[in-house]
Amino acid sequence: MSGVEASRARERARNGWLLSAPALILLSFAASGPLLIVAVYSFLTPGDYGNVVWDFSLDGWFRVFLERDIFDGTISAADAHLTIFWRSLKLSLMTTAITFALGLPTAWFIATRPPSQRALWLFLITIPFWTNLLIRTFAIMEVIRNEGILNNLLIWMGVIEQPIQIVFTETAVLTGMAYVYLPLMVLPLFAAIDRFDFKLIEAGYDLYASRLAVLRRVILPIIRPGIVAGSILVFVPSLGAYVTPRVLGGGKNMMIGNFIELQFGQGRNWPLGSALSMLLLLIVMVALLVYVRATTREGQNG
Amino acid sequence: MSMRPKTFSVTALPGFTGIAIAVFVMLYLPIVTLVFYSFNGGSSIAVWGGFSLRWYEVAWNNDEVQAAAFRSVVIAASAAFIATTVATMAALGTTRRGRFRGQTFIYVMINQPLMVPEIVTAVALLIFFAAIKVATGIQGLGYLILAHAAFCVPFAYLPIRARLEGMDLSLEIAAADLYASPWATFRRVTLPLMAPGIVAGAMLAFVISLDDVIITEFVKSAGQDTLPTYMLGQLRRAVTPEVNAISTMLLAVTVLLLTAFFLLTKKRG
Repeated sequence: MSGVEASRARERARNGWLLSAPALILLSFAASGPLLIVAVYSFLTPGDYGNVVWDFSLDGWFRVFLERDIFDGTISAADAHLTIFWRSLKLSLMTTAITFALGLPTAWFIATRPPSQRALWLFLITIPFWTNLLIRTFAIMEVIRNEGILNNLLIWMGVIEQPIQIVFTETAVLTGMAYVYLPLMVLPLFAAIDRFDFKLIEAGYDLYASRLAVLRRVILPIIRPGIVAGSILVFVPSLGAYVTPRVLGGGKNMMIGNFIELQFGQGRNWPLGSALSMLLLLIVMVALLVYVRATTREGQNG
Repeated sequence: MSMRPKTFSVTALPGFTGIAIAVFVMLYLPIVTLVFYSFNGGSSIAVWGGFSLRWYEVAWNNDEVQAAAFRSVVIAASAAFIATTVATMAALGTTRRGRFRGQTFIYVMINQPLMVPEIVTAVALLIFFAAIKVATGIQGLGYLILAHAAFCVPFAYLPIRARLEGMDLSLEIAAADLYASPWATFRRVTLPLMAPGIVAGAMLAFVISLDDVIITEFVKSAGQDTLPTYMLGQLRRAVTPEVNAISTMLLAVTVLLLTAFFLLTKKRG
C-alpha cells in the first residue's frame, strides 16, 4: 500500500468513527452501558427495600437454580424457578414449531402468487407485524376469552355447553405468542422461498419424486437459512416475552420476563433479578451464535 | 403463466393454500373484532349493543388518555428526531466509501437493541436511571426520550443505509469536479438523494417508539404513562370498549404511517 493510500484509509476510518460517534455514545449511555451495570449488580447483596448493598455475593446466581432451607440450611433445587424456566423454554419451542407449521404454507402461498399480487399479500403480513404488540395481545384475548367469539361460536355449533376457560392458562399464552410472532416467521421464510428456483421442483417431479419427497428433499434443505432465521426471530422474543404472558397468563403462568420483573418489584431482590437477566441474555446470545454459524456455513456451501 | 395446467401445478403443495388462507383469516379476525367492538354502544367488549361512537367520545374526553397520548407523541417525535439524526450520520460514516477497522463493532453496537431481549434492557435502564435520578434529582421525560431514542437507532439506521447503498458516488464526484465545497455537495446532492431513506427511517422510529410497552413501563416515573402503558394498566381492570377505541385510533396511526412508508420506499426501485 502506498503512503497516499494508507493516509486515505486512515482518514476514511477517522471519518467513519467520527460520524458514528453520536450514535455510539447514545447507545452506550442508554442501551449497552447499563447492561454492564446489570452484570455487576448480579454479584451484589440485595438491599432491604430493593436496590443493592455494595457487598460482593454469589447469592443472586446461587438462587437462580438452588435454594437453601431457612431452618436446616439444606440446599436443594429451586423448583419454583425451574418450573418457570421449563415453561419459558417449552412455550418458546412450541411457539417456534407452531409458527413454522403455519408460516411455511403462508410464505409459500405469497411467493407463488403472480408478481403483481405479491406486494399486497406481503403488506397484509407486515401490518400485524408493525401493529402494537399490546393491541394484538388484547385482540387475541377478545377472541379466546370466556364470552369471546371462539367460545360463542363453539356453543352455537353445539360442540360445547359451557365456555372453555382458555384465558389465564398456558394454552392462552401459547396461542397469544404464536399469534403475535407469526409474521416474524413468515417474512424470512418468504425471503428464502422468493429466491428459490422452481425449476428444481420440476426436476424432482421429472425424477418421479412424490410431492412430500420434493418438499422434504428439495425445498426444505434449500430454504434452510430462511427456516433458521425465522426460528431465531420467533424463539428469541418468545423466550424474553413479557407482555403476552402478563396479559394472557394472568399471573399464574409466569415466564422468565415476568419473573425478572417480580424481582425488581415485590420480590425486592435486584441481584437475583440481575442474574436472571444475564442468564436470559446469555441464552439469547448462544441462540444468535448458532444462527450466525448456521447461516455462514450455508453461504460457504452455496 | 396464465395457462397453468389444471391437473398438475409445479408450485402447488397439498394443503398449503388452505392453511395460508386460514392464517390470513386468523391474523385479521382478532384485529377486526377489536375494531368492531370499539363501535359498541353497550358497555361490554363481548355483547353488541348497537353502533355508537360513544367510546371514542369517552376516550377523547378522558384527561388521562389525553395526557398519555400527548406524552406518547412528544416522546416518539423527540426520540425519532434524535435517533434519525445520529443514524443518518452513522449511515454516512459506514457506507459507500469502503470498509475500515472497527466497522463490525459499530454495526454490532447499532443493532444491539435488536438482539438484547427488551426486558433485559428495561431492567438495565431501570437500575441505571434510578441511580441517576437519586444522584442528581433530575426528573422529567428526558429519560424516556433517551431510552426510546436508543432502541429506535437501528430502525432508523437500516432504511437510511439501504438507501445510501443504492446510491453511487458519481453525482458527488461530479459536484466536486464543479468546485462545490464538501458542505455544498452534501447539502445540495447527497442529502436530497438520501431524503426518502431518512423520512422512512424517521417514520419507522416514530412507530417503534409509539408502540413501546416494556421499556417505558420500567423507565417511567409516576404520572408518566404513555398510551400503551396506560392501556396495559387498564387491561388489569374490567375492560370497557374504551380500550378498543384507543387501540383502534393507535392502529389507524400505525397503518397510515406504514402505508406512507411503503409508498416512499417503493419509489426507490
